[in-house]
Amino acid sequence: MERLVIQAEDVRKCYRLGVIGRDALLDEAAALWGRFRGRADVRKQLDLASGEQRVGDWFWSLRGVSFELRQGEVLGILGRNGAGKSTLLKLLSRISLPTSGTIRMRGKVSSLLEVGTGFHPELTGRENIFLNGAILGMRKAEIERKLDQIIAFSGIEHHLDSPIKRYSSGMKVRLGFSVAAHLDPEILIVDEVLAVGDAEFQRKCLGSMREVADGGRTILFVSHNMVSVQSLCSRVLWLEKGMVRQEGPTEEVVRDYLNTYTHQHSHQEWEPDQGPGTDEVRLLAVRAVSGHAGGAFTTDEPVRVEIELENDAIRDADLDIRLQVRTGNDAIAFSSDLSASAPATLWNPGRCKVACIIPAHLLNSNTYRFHIVFFRHGKVLFKAEDVLSFDVHEGAREGSTFRKMPGAVRPNLQWVR
Amino acid sequence: MRAEAASGAQQREGWDVVVSPDRPWWRIDVRELWQYRDLLLLLVRRDLLAVYKQTLLGPAWQILQPLLTSIMFAVVFGIMARMSLPGIPPLLFYMSAVVPWGFFNGVVTRTSQTLVWNAALMTKVYFPRLVAPLATTLSTGFNFLVQVAAFLLFAVFYAATGRFAWGIGAEAVLLPVLVLLLVLLAFGIGLLVAALSTRYRDLSFLIGFAMQLLMYISPVIFPLSRVEEGSALRLLLELNPITPLIEGFRAAFFGLPMEWGSLAYTAGVAAVVLAIGLMLFQRVERSFADVV
Repeated sequence: MERLVIQAEDVRKCYRLGVIGRDALLDEAAALWGRFRGRADVRKQLDLASGEQRVGDWFWSLRGVSFELRQGEVLGILGRNGAGKSTLLKLLSRISLPTSGTIRMRGKVSSLLEVGTGFHPELTGRENIFLNGAILGMRKAEIERKLDQIIAFSGIEHHLDSPIKRYSSGMKVRLGFSVAAHLDPEILIVDEVLAVGDAEFQRKCLGSMREVADGGRTILFVSHNMVSVQSLCSRVLWLEKGMVRQEGPTEEVVRDYLNTYTHQHSHQEWEPDQGPGTDEVRLLAVRAVSGHAGGAFTTDEPVRVEIELENDAIRDADLDIRLQVRTGNDAIAFSSDLSASAPATLWNPGRCKVACIIPAHLLNSNTYRFHIVFFRHGKVLFKAEDVLSFDVHEGAREGSTFRKMPGAVRPNLQWVR
Repeated sequence: MRAEAASGAQQREGWDVVVSPDRPWWRIDVRELWQYRDLLLLLVRRDLLAVYKQTLLGPAWQILQPLLTSIMFAVVFGIMARMSLPGIPPLLFYMSAVVPWGFFNGVVTRTSQTLVWNAALMTKVYFPRLVAPLATTLSTGFNFLVQVAAFLLFAVFYAATGRFAWGIGAEAVLLPVLVLLLVLLAFGIGLLVAALSTRYRDLSFLIGFAMQLLMYISPVIFPLSRVEEGSALRLLLELNPITPLIEGFRAAFFGLPMEWGSLAYTAGVAAVVLAIGLMLFQRVERSFADVV
């Protein structure tokens, strides 16, 4: 068995809610007085049984997290916003200390919560490589040795001696990641925010992380992105409300995680004569199929919506099917009719199949609900509501920014200048 | 999980990094600081390089700043109010105090702001937090040395042109000791204010006024000998731990008698302030990322 390199034991962390002001000062004084008189500090008492994260003015961001990591493992940390991921990351990076519990680590630890930490806008790219490298814990001699590689990796040789305030944000990210990629840690702690930049550079980043992993180094990877978790991690830790909800092999945990949080029914079938419809035509099955093997829906993959129906009475071509896609808050995102792209043909009796393909880069990272409307003689025949509903996740990120784009859809539009 | 942890007990020794709330805040990890010496030097370099990029005169400001202040003091207090010592050109008299005072003021002010100024850095990456105030102190110290050199050049010029019979005394050997005391005292006060102002930002506004006040109850503008013995002002001046340092610098530069007793008092105050400052800083540094 590989040796243990990270061991977290019953780690807890509480934060004070609200603004620090006079009350905080009084509180502090009271706590100090209490300790002086030999009383335990009330705020440090956590009622685990009640399951409440909030105790008075105190918020328990982590409530007893334990895990172990052996050399060469790549652990993904999943969880929704507020699950405690960032807090755990901060503790592992030694930026803040736990309220109780201990984390032990072996070997050189590098943590990347941001690229280009400590960049000074007035200094040149070259000067910033040294500064950033030293901030991340590299020795000067080490940076000098790797300087050529770092510069080559960044691909911005020509701007190296101009101040980085004249760099584009993309160039800064490149420079920052190039330094980070040459850290050579034994344990690497990464926030997914790192995977930024244009698509090509992103691939380079993920590639270099995979190299680190293949080189027997240990990685702890925090992410919302199922695709990168699935491609990088061997094991996943799922945090919920400050506690470990599940820990295990990636496939298993990701599947359970998606099932829990996405309320998805990407798939519905009915017995013959039981489905929604009329005596003329009824639905038999509706399913959404993702381009991903794992079955998760992402913004960068097409979604194929398959509709199966039983046709009992229609012998002409006069039947139209409309797919109506709504967002989680029930606004119509868009609709599409079968007649719009498929030529009108005679309907065969019995079991019929049609499919609608929603291209990649149209859906946003959002919850979507699907309605299906049948038309005959230009009038609504029947409407099947909420036949499907699922979450679409952020795919590989495009552009240099890490921002959630508002909007019901997020088509890839073309910009020119 | 638990059972596994127990089976790994034999491996438990030899952890390189232990993150736990029980870290003693009174102990300074000198070994770790030493490991980060390159960062310290690069931060000093950054401070020195970055400030003067895009200024026309660049590093010349380092000399112009105290020079202009000294000229102002020399005209207002020296020539008009006749407060300086006879036999010493007013410009030199004021420069000999403005330069060390500027250093003291700079170290206190900049050290007290290091946590807030470096917040963006400190919430994203770990390094021994003491590195940041040490770096600003070193870069301020570098500027101070340049200013001292400039002062000596002026003194040599005055002496060479026969306007000043300069008798730099044996006391000049003590200059490094005076500088060290000044730095330790300023660093201690700065750390103290830094620690307290993370919680209560009001302090960062107050510090500017406090430093001004402190200058007026120190012998920057007038020599201590001009203040009547036994007066309230004299008492205030003597209680101020900076007074012996300013007087000491003048004594060293101009060959005047050195007050040993008062220097010992300053050394004592500096030691206490530094110890408390370091402790509080280490105490606050742990929760800093949660508060900011």
